[in-house]
Amino acid sequence: MAFKIVVSQCTVCGACEFECPSGAIRFKGDTYVIDPKTCTECEGSFDTQQCNAVCPVPNTCIKAAA
Amino acid sequence: MNQPLITLDSLIEPIDFDALAKTAQSGGCSTSSCGSSAKPDDMDAGVWDRIKDHPCYSEEAHHYFARMHVAVAPACNIQCNYCIRNYDCANESRPGVVSEKLTPDQAVRKIIAVANEVPQLSVLGIAGPGDSCYDWKKTRATFDAIVKEIPDIKLCLSTNGLALPDHVDELMEMNVDHVTITINMVDPEIGAKIYPWIFYQNKRWTGLEASKLLHERQMLGLEMLSTRGILTKINSVMIPGINDEHLLEVNKWVKARGAFLHNIMPLISAAEHGTHFGLTGQRGPKPMELKALQDRLEGGAKLMRHCRQCRADAVGLLGEDRGQEFTLQQIPEDVSYDPSKREAYRDVVAKERGDQLAAKSDAVDTVKSIGTSTGGGSLLVAVATKGGGRINEHFGHAKEFQVYEAGRKGIQFVGHRKVENYCMGGFGEDASLEGIIEMLDGIDLVLCSKIGDCPEAMLKAAGIRATDAYAFDYIEAAIGREYAEAFGVEFEAAVA
Repeated sequence: MAFKIVVSQCTVCGACEFECPSGAIRFKGDTYVIDPKTCTECEGSFDTQQCNAVCPVPNTCIKAAA
Repeated sequence: MNQPLITLDSLIEPIDFDALAKTAQSGGCSTSSCGSSAKPDDMDAGVWDRIKDHPCYSEEAHHYFARMHVAVAPACNIQCNYCIRNYDCANESRPGVVSEKLTPDQAVRKIIAVANEVPQLSVLGIAGPGDSCYDWKKTRATFDAIVKEIPDIKLCLSTNGLALPDHVDELMEMNVDHVTITINMVDPEIGAKIYPWIFYQNKRWTGLEASKLLHERQMLGLEMLSTRGILTKINSVMIPGINDEHLLEVNKWVKARGAFLHNIMPLISAAEHGTHFGLTGQRGPKPMELKALQDRLEGGAKLMRHCRQCRADAVGLLGEDRGQEFTLQQIPEDVSYDPSKREAYRDVVAKERGDQLAAKSDAVDTVKSIGTSTGGGSLLVAVATKGGGRINEHFGHAKEFQVYEAGRKGIQFVGHRKVENYCMGGFGEDASLEGIIEMLDGIDLVLCSKIGDCPEAMLKAAGIRATDAYAFDYIEAAIGREYAEAFGVEFEAAVA
């Protein structure tokens, strides 16, 4: 279980990086990526996924297909 | 009027620094006000000292000093209906738009490169896109690094206020003396029409709840800044039909909480921007609507009328943007700060502005006395200027006109009108002239350093008189003379 970032829509604002409680988001190349191994979907930390809650573009931080 | 102490050209690029330094040291000033602080009469000396070199806080300073913005804090914690995250249009000038985002290290390189080339530079601001207080680590890293290189640069930032209360004490420590909060409402019902959501305490809030929280945090932040003596400017976006009347209420609230300035900005809205307001056809106010609201707010919190709503990566004097000369690619890897140009420029300005203020206060007194004795007719004057407080721009090259109102209250700067420049390589375009005439709606007189016969005749046909008779004179002095002529009193007699 993990979230991912839709790169084509990402504005690279970086809010998700510092809101992520698991440190799963890093700036790589010219975009932000979520490490699926580290992502917990914020379970145990928050009710909602922080990356999705703060992201300014709808449907850009979304659940990754399993 | 006194002869200019230095030539006009020397105030505008390219600057001959040897000549400037020589003039600055010669002490050959003929006015009694030379060397004075050039402080307006109605301002506390301590406050004047803090704003006299800040173009955004002092109408008087904006003729001489330049700001630069660096886009280092792109993350934001609220969504506004007039904003969309679009970083990529070099031709657009409006808040929140930038061409390149910078890391704090890149920003420091850029700031030093600009300081070496733009002697007018006095202020460094972080103003979006994003929120400087929310994306705090990057804001702080940039400010901490630059004060080590250029200790006398003034730091300021702009914020929506939501995260502001968390950082007020650090702002004090860092010597950030100027903070701008964008406050568009004090009533959450109205806020709900402007802010679809906020992100606060690890949660996305929507509707009334979101605006209520934002409002409380904005007021708390403003009060905290005022208590600590940090000068606070309030920006409000005027959105016709949503908060235009309400801004009277906003003005009262922010004045009561110690705001230093209130800046009413017109909504900039077009479908091609892709913002919610753009797509739903929400219009911005017309120039005269904006002025009417600003006029109603006189007497409340002091208004700022010279805002240019610059890009978030703007560089230069307020009416200009030299940002494109300083993109990262054009800046060497290693730059070191050379203070000589900025220091020489400051010496010159200290003298020149004393001279200007003397001319200005004479003219203002004259207009006041004529206005009072003749029953207070008013004259709305549009001026083409490149800065320095003088009429020194060609009509056809002007990208904006500064608007002054002369009447019973003296001569007041009341705003500016942006236009497409008319002259394209020597050939005026009739279509753009029509647009300019439309933007000059309500103006009685245009003052510029040069105007062709044809545009002058077309303006005349539209009921606007234009003249280049005062080329390179001080703005207020020329307006004073025109006012005296228009209202039938001899200028000299009125002075005596």
